[in-house]
Amino acid sequence: MHPAFSVIFLTTLIGAGQGLYLAMVTGQLYAVARFLPRQEEQFYAIGSLVALVLLVAGLAASFFHLGRPERAWRAAAKWKTSWLSREVIVLPLVMALVFAYGIAHLLDWTQPLFRVGQSLDVDVTLLLGLLGTVASFALYVCTAMVYAGVKFLEEWHTPLTVTNFIFFGAASGFMLAAAYSAYVGNPLVTFYGTWAAILTLVALGSRLAHLLRNARIKHKSTVQTAIGVRHTALTQRAQGATGGSFNTREFFHGGDSRLLVLIRYGFLILVFPVPILLIGAAYVTESSTLPILAFVIQFVGLMLERWSFFAEARHPQNLYYQSVA
Amino acid sequence: MTQLALVIDLNVCVGCHACVTSCKEWNTSGWAGPMVDQNPYGASPNGTFFNRVQTFEVGTFPDTETVHFPKSCLHCEEPPCVPVCPTGASYKRADNGVVLVDYDKCIGCKYCSWACPYGARELDAEQKVMKKCTLCIDRITDAKLSERDRKPACVLACPTSARLFGDVHDPDSEVSVAIRERGGYQLMPEWGTKPANHYLPRQKTRIHIDPDELTRVDNPLRKEDLTSYTGEETLDDVAW
Ligand code: SF4
Ligand code: SF4
Repeated sequence: MHPAFSVIFLTTLIGAGQGLYLAMVTGQLYAVARFLPRQEEQFYAIGSLVALVLLVAGLAASFFHLGRPERAWRAAAKWKTSWLSREVIVLPLVMALVFAYGIAHLLDWTQPLFRVGQSLDVDVTLLLGLLGTVASFALYVCTAMVYAGVKFLEEWHTPLTVTNFIFFGAASGFMLAAAYSAYVGNPLVTFYGTWAAILTLVALGSRLAHLLRNARIKHKSTVQTAIGVRHTALTQRAQGATGGSFNTREFFHGGDSRLLVLIRYGFLILVFPVPILLIGAAYVTESSTLPILAFVIQFVGLMLERWSFFAEARHPQNLYYQSVA
Repeated sequence: MTQLALVIDLNVCVGCHACVTSCKEWNTSGWAGPMVDQNPYGASPNGTFFNRVQTFEVGTFPDTETVHFPKSCLHCEEPPCVPVCPTGASYKRADNGVVLVDYDKCIGCKYCSWACPYGARELDAEQKVMKKCTLCIDRITDAKLSERDRKPACVLACPTSARLFGDVHDPDSEVSVAIRERGGYQLMPEWGTKPANHYLPRQKTRIHIDPDELTRVDNPLRKEDLTSYTGEETLDDVAW
């Protein structure tokens, strides 16, 4: 498939945005449980604001994918059958909840509404945080299912696509939370850094399993079933277009196979070992810049990962375009 | 229920592209048009087509055979392209089974093209909406046209009658009979999309000749009689 930049930016930006938001809520939950000291309200508010900026940037990028962006509102119509439609509905919902969560912290709406059990004081921020967490996970699933749901793209049609999206998003979000804490000089950097490293390792497991699965994939369709001629030697002589067509542009990545391998190794290095080493080094040296570097490098790596994810997928229609395939 | 469809006879298609040009002409000037043409006379022309003819070579030289393969939307009975459309722009008509795109609703997200295993959909590079074969919906539903003309433009244009059009749900229609009696098949049946369009396979006509059909056993006129005669009476002398 052709890796479109709009979709690469959309999926990586909102993934990190949701992850950062989840990191903020996790931080608050740990504080509620008294595992961590409660931070100033501003810490959560600004964190949520950054997450919101990422979500908005992702949404903006997605418009570049549309031929008719002015009609984008129509995409909410078919949520009963289309994962794309579901994503279009859940994304603004997540944005609204992230915004509300940030505002609630900023305005200090922390008077307990009610108390659960002995000592759990539930306030507005906690309720919004829980709702937002559910919505964020729903958005990860919707985004991933847009790809995993297309059965013809057999490289994508697996639950591993969903776990990849969840863990990549969460890892980069927690990495960003560590970078943010380091930037403002908050001691939570160790907490977020540790979680970021754990999530990155889980994402590595998921992605390696995905790569392994795809290396052994056996495609359902062949050129024989595509044109219905039973012969082992079928050569295409004409594709029905002199200068290519939508079919030769949309479904091929356009690079050669060496580029594909290069980018695969690129993301495997940039997403996994480098950020973990940097976070480890930051812990030892108590540096405030290394976590930021770790996030930036991982994010660049994730964009390469998304490019690779698209380029890996081979669509059955390519059987009709043998000289490009 | 009616399911309109094309049946394409690969046995007689000569790859002349008459269906391609006639489709483009009719549809670019009608309801589904315009269908963009970029750089039409340059080195790398580009444009939207509903129907394309490809050519495949079967076997290895010198034992080869050429198959011309016209390719357009197959109007699947279980169209995977329809449910994925977020706007409802892609739909299947309930009355005749034709799969269509509402160009006023389409946002050009290309998602439906990912969900068609046949590559039958093309995003128009200028109008930025998804386009595909409509089976000439504006012709075939036009009651003002005569029965003969109420057919897709490609069917009317084909000089070898390689394209049949009709209702594949009616067992007695020309298309159903052709599918039944001449081995009509569907493309990529493994996906369960149930394409309405069918293809008729290439068929070779062979006759079998036995050696004794070449040499006559009884030979009353002695035309191939190899005996050498030395003046004796022959059958000819007695007979007449
Ligand atoms: S051939 Fe493709 S575009 Fe046409 S109905 Fe089937 S899946 Fe949809
Ligand atoms: S490109 Fe148009 S017809 Fe296709 S899925 Fe998107 S909105 Fe629907």
